[in-house]
Amino acid sequence: MYKHENRLAAWHIGIAFTFLAIGMLLGPFQVWEHAGLNLYPALKTIGVQSYYHGLTMHGVLNALVFTTFFITGFFTFTVANSLGRPMRYPAFHTASLIVMVVGLLITAVPLLLNGATVLYTFYPPLKADPLFYIGLTIVVIGSWMVGWGLLFTWGAWRKDNPKTQTPLIALGSLITMVMWQIATIGVAAEMLFLNIPWSLGWIAGNDPQLARTLFWFTGHPLVYFWLLPVYVSWYGMLPKQAGGKIFSEPLARFSFWLFLVLSVPLGLHHQYVDPGIPAGWKALHAVLTYAVFFPSLLTLFNVVASLEIGGRAAGGKGWFGWIFKLPWNDPSFTAQAFAGALFALGGISGLTNASYNLNLVTHNTAWVPGHLHLTVGTGVAFSFMGIAYWLVPKLAGRELWNKQVALWQAWTWLIGMSLMSNGLHILGLRYGVPRRSAIGLAPYTSTEWSPFLIESAIGGTILLISIILLYVNLVGTVWFSRKLTKPIEMPVAEPYDDHPAPAWLDQWRPWLAGSVILVLVAYGPVMVTLLSRLALTSPGFKVW
Amino acid sequence: MIHVHPVERAWIVMGAVMLAVFAAAVFTSSLMGGIALPVPEAQVDPRLVATPGATSFGEPGLRELAPGQYEARILAQTWAFTPKEIRIKAGSKVTFYFASKDVQHGVHVDATNINLMILPGQVSKLTATFDEPGTYNFICHEYCGVGHQTMFGQVIVEP
Repeated sequence: MYKHENRLAAWHIGIAFTFLAIGMLLGPFQVWEHAGLNLYPALKTIGVQSYYHGLTMHGVLNALVFTTFFITGFFTFTVANSLGRPMRYPAFHTASLIVMVVGLLITAVPLLLNGATVLYTFYPPLKADPLFYIGLTIVVIGSWMVGWGLLFTWGAWRKDNPKTQTPLIALGSLITMVMWQIATIGVAAEMLFLNIPWSLGWIAGNDPQLARTLFWFTGHPLVYFWLLPVYVSWYGMLPKQAGGKIFSEPLARFSFWLFLVLSVPLGLHHQYVDPGIPAGWKALHAVLTYAVFFPSLLTLFNVVASLEIGGRAAGGKGWFGWIFKLPWNDPSFTAQAFAGALFALGGISGLTNASYNLNLVTHNTAWVPGHLHLTVGTGVAFSFMGIAYWLVPKLAGRELWNKQVALWQAWTWLIGMSLMSNGLHILGLRYGVPRRSAIGLAPYTSTEWSPFLIESAIGGTILLISIILLYVNLVGTVWFSRKLTKPIEMPVAEPYDDHPAPAWLDQWRPWLAGSVILVLVAYGPVMVTLLSRLALTSPGFKVW
Repeated sequence: MIHVHPVERAWIVMGAVMLAVFAAAVFTSSLMGGIALPVPEAQVDPRLVATPGATSFGEPGLRELAPGQYEARILAQTWAFTPKEIRIKAGSKVTFYFASKDVQHGVHVDATNINLMILPGQVSKLTATFDEPGTYNFICHEYCGVGHQTMFGQVIVEP
């Protein structure tokens, strides 16, 4: 069923995991360098020109390329299966994939050749090769096209099913893609009006403060673009995998709608210490950031309660006894459950960063990569690996190559990431160690840092083992495993309570209006201020 | 309305109250503790900022405004702060002004609430009082090119 959709999903997800391999393998070298084992001279022989060249590839390939390709592929699959119909315009989806691949290849040339060592935030006036900006822009356009195709498909489904509520999995997927359209307006403006013409020499100068603000307009909702597909799995699929049901299906829908409204108007919490933005607007975004934590709190209760239903159905008793009855021998469940546990801790460290005053202690310290490796690096990426443990066998038509290896991968990721992120958090909070820096070569290091640098290096080494186990299994599954004896279906969790969701949880207009209004209120005056002070005075620098 | 289980309702109320309390704590402590974030101070042309006479960063350095009160104008560029060392007496209050003549930089002065971005085109300003004698590093914390890890300076507080 859905042969074309499955092939599209397979291509998207195959590309995602291919580039993730390069990006992730560069990770451990960074923590080794910090701890005093500098292997970059050796990496130069394979074209990694510096610590920062490796760091840029690590960030761009993991956080931008892997996530975007995985999500577009996953949603093509989930929307088709959840609505129970193929794409309305199949050829348009093929075209979207081609656009994304063309963008990726254009980006890859300067990225791999050290022509765009600007990190994944590409703050001007660091000036990358124009192809880097152009390629990334084309990838984003391709991801928009995927979203449009999914909406066309939903529109056709709605016409045939005017009275039926949109199934939860499809609804979560579509809300994510619509949020992404609104969120990417910022980076699209940054690319089209500043970075691309400036890197081509059509305008002489860039405005770093405006560029940063446009970047973070997209940069924070980008986080929810990564996270919401995980919530689609945790709400819509994981309870089924655990033998449970969705504790409160209407509240799951409510959470997704709140994310549509609240994901975008809070990017200034990345810019609390920027000089060009008035404090009042920073404070407003601080409050809105606390607000967006609310749907994640709803999710925490709802997902855990949904799993508890499964644990109790399997005979679990008492307050915590049900946890031991969950399917810990299923790598897809185990990876996602571990990801959820570490993600909860990452949420707490994120709330710290987002706090108006506490951020002065943690801003741009190692605390931040500690936080984001628990969130995007684990909550998201580790969950995607867990999804891959059923989805890749489904798409490849073969059994998972080795379940034990997959379980070992999950445990090593849990242990490795706990150590690495713990070390990074402490280094940042207690000693103010800067992030994104070749610490091993720095003149200002202190011996007090050593135990935690070593802790994170040990964590990184265990993660390397986990990465190898992951790829052994993926390659084994796609090329060397047995053909499936019975077909795999997308796990779809049933609601626990049969009270249907009220009609206002299946209407786009009020939520979309709320989203647009809040963006205008939270960003309109800031943008007017920045544009009135526009100063295109920064020429570009290639300082790597 | 949505049908909500009583335990879940309790969780929702607790969560909302917790977030409200956190937000109140953050803003109350910021106001009462006099915690300041950088706000728009001035715009400068990064192409001219380091030219003597063109801006106050043309001759960067420490100036004493009154006994125990200083202003420090520090120019950031790849990969150095100028001046890279300032000396003051314990108990001094220093207002820092930073500007960049090239790419983005950032700075965190050890053991203080001075943590700010230095963006070309903008002046960043924050103030701190140094009561304890010692050496306080200020380290560039925004990636600024291959020599980024070497960029730092020191505030030396003498007894």
